[in-house]
Amino acid sequence: MNLYSTSLPKETVWYFIRKRIGFFLVLSGFIIIAAGSSRLTGFSLIDAFQAIPRVVSWMFSNLIPDKRAFERLPRILEKLWDTILMSVMSSVTAAVFAFGFALLGSVTTKPNNFFAVFSRATASINRNIPVAAWAMIFLLTFGQSSFTGFLALFFASFGFLTRAFIETIDETSISSVEALRAVGAGYSQQVMQAVMPSAMPQMISWVLYMIEVNIRSATLVGLLTGSGIGFMFSIYYKSLQYKSASMVILTIVVVVLLIEYISNSVRRRIL
Amino acid sequence: MPQLHVKNLTKYYKDVLALSDVSFAVEKGDFVGIIGPSGSGKTTLVRCINRLITATGGEICLNNDKNILEMNRSEIRKARTGIGMIFQHYNLVDRLTVIENVLHGRLGYKNTVSGVFGHYTEGEKRKALEVLGLLGLDEHVYRRCDQLSGGQKQRVGIARALVQEPEIILCDEPISSLDPGSSKKIMDYLRKIQSELGITILVNLHQVDVARTYAKRILGFNNGKLVYDGPSELLTTERIQEIYGKEAHELILN
Repeated sequence: MNLYSTSLPKETVWYFIRKRIGFFLVLSGFIIIAAGSSRLTGFSLIDAFQAIPRVVSWMFSNLIPDKRAFERLPRILEKLWDTILMSVMSSVTAAVFAFGFALLGSVTTKPNNFFAVFSRATASINRNIPVAAWAMIFLLTFGQSSFTGFLALFFASFGFLTRAFIETIDETSISSVEALRAVGAGYSQQVMQAVMPSAMPQMISWVLYMIEVNIRSATLVGLLTGSGIGFMFSIYYKSLQYKSASMVILTIVVVVLLIEYISNSVRRRIL
Repeated sequence: MPQLHVKNLTKYYKDVLALSDVSFAVEKGDFVGIIGPSGSGKTTLVRCINRLITATGGEICLNNDKNILEMNRSEIRKARTGIGMIFQHYNLVDRLTVIENVLHGRLGYKNTVSGVFGHYTEGEKRKALEVLGLLGLDEHVYRRCDQLSGGQKQRVGIARALVQEPEIILCDEPISSLDPGSSKKIMDYLRKIQSELGITILVNLHQVDVARTYAKRILGFNNGKLVYDGPSELLTTERIQEIYGKEAHELILN
């Protein structure tokens, strides 16, 4: 039989035409939005691209660390160490609280619906306030101190980790918790014998990710709260010592890469 | 006197009727197969018996004891220790070893602290090893469950139910995720448990022929109603059509 002998049903022809029109509408929608917003904000993509060579040459003349920047390295590293510790501490503390809230909030382990909604709402509020906003809020109450920075990181991490832990628990332990319920195990036994062993590796993995994120945000938070490596950066930057400021940035990049490498290898081991 | 008594059991999910006025009784040591199309209420029924699902109304009594629907938290925990359960997806803690999973069957008997820390007595460990031997799992005692095959995992599930020393075992589609070879093995173990240990077996099955081969008695469900209750020899073509509908019989009965 010749495939081309009979014409396609009208319906089929129109179906494909409609799909194509839909695609073009979406595509042109994106282009119009991009062009419109660039005009409204006065941002020109072409100008931005043309500026790249100038930016690069400025960077090379101003941002390569000089001798003085290297002399400052020990002091920078000391502050960086503070920042790392603060990130680890805020992530781990947040994880402990997040685990408790995740138990209340997950479908698998919620004691009742009231606690579940309460826990999810608390987490959601915490998560949706950016870490910089947290820093500003605590700045007003606690002033410029490391404690302010710690609190800002803690609350943002807490919201995120609660959400991540809830999903982890529901994903990994729903079936084994059911089995333990069936043998007559109590709530704490279900948590320790089924949820913990099933969910722990993935939860550790989330905490490692949180530490990475917090080292990055600690820079910003430090800038606002006058602590840690962010504060060093802002001092050098504001006193126009760009070469030392770039030294700070370089050390941060190295540390972030290092932490990411370490947490990736830990993750490979446990997952 | 029957061991398990179900009277006028009804279950609604919101407005949807899943079990409609179901009544039956099971004698000690029976092997009962429960069949019916998907959504006919088989799984709901099995889960109502140990109250993993709370029934809307009716009565479930084990050994003429208190109605399971009316038990408080500690009473239901105690009742569950005497009811083993086997799941389609095994429901093991995959990251723990075989023996740890088997010992979970003892948790219902333990106080909170020793259960939380997984502290088991020597006798319990001996019992676990004995049961694992019975199921041919001696070589896998210390292996992590995520390294086992489906059939082996299901045997671990059975072992977990057996260390409970239950008087009845509920099986929710125990062979639906297994290949025919492993399925036969699992069904043979269930038969052995029933005939040698005298434990009552209630098993949900999708395969009518398997139900007829192994079960002495069949409960047939359609649309939440118990439409057949009798010995498996009397499960005729017409009866099967009543349970599954007219179209199904050719595929089932070949």
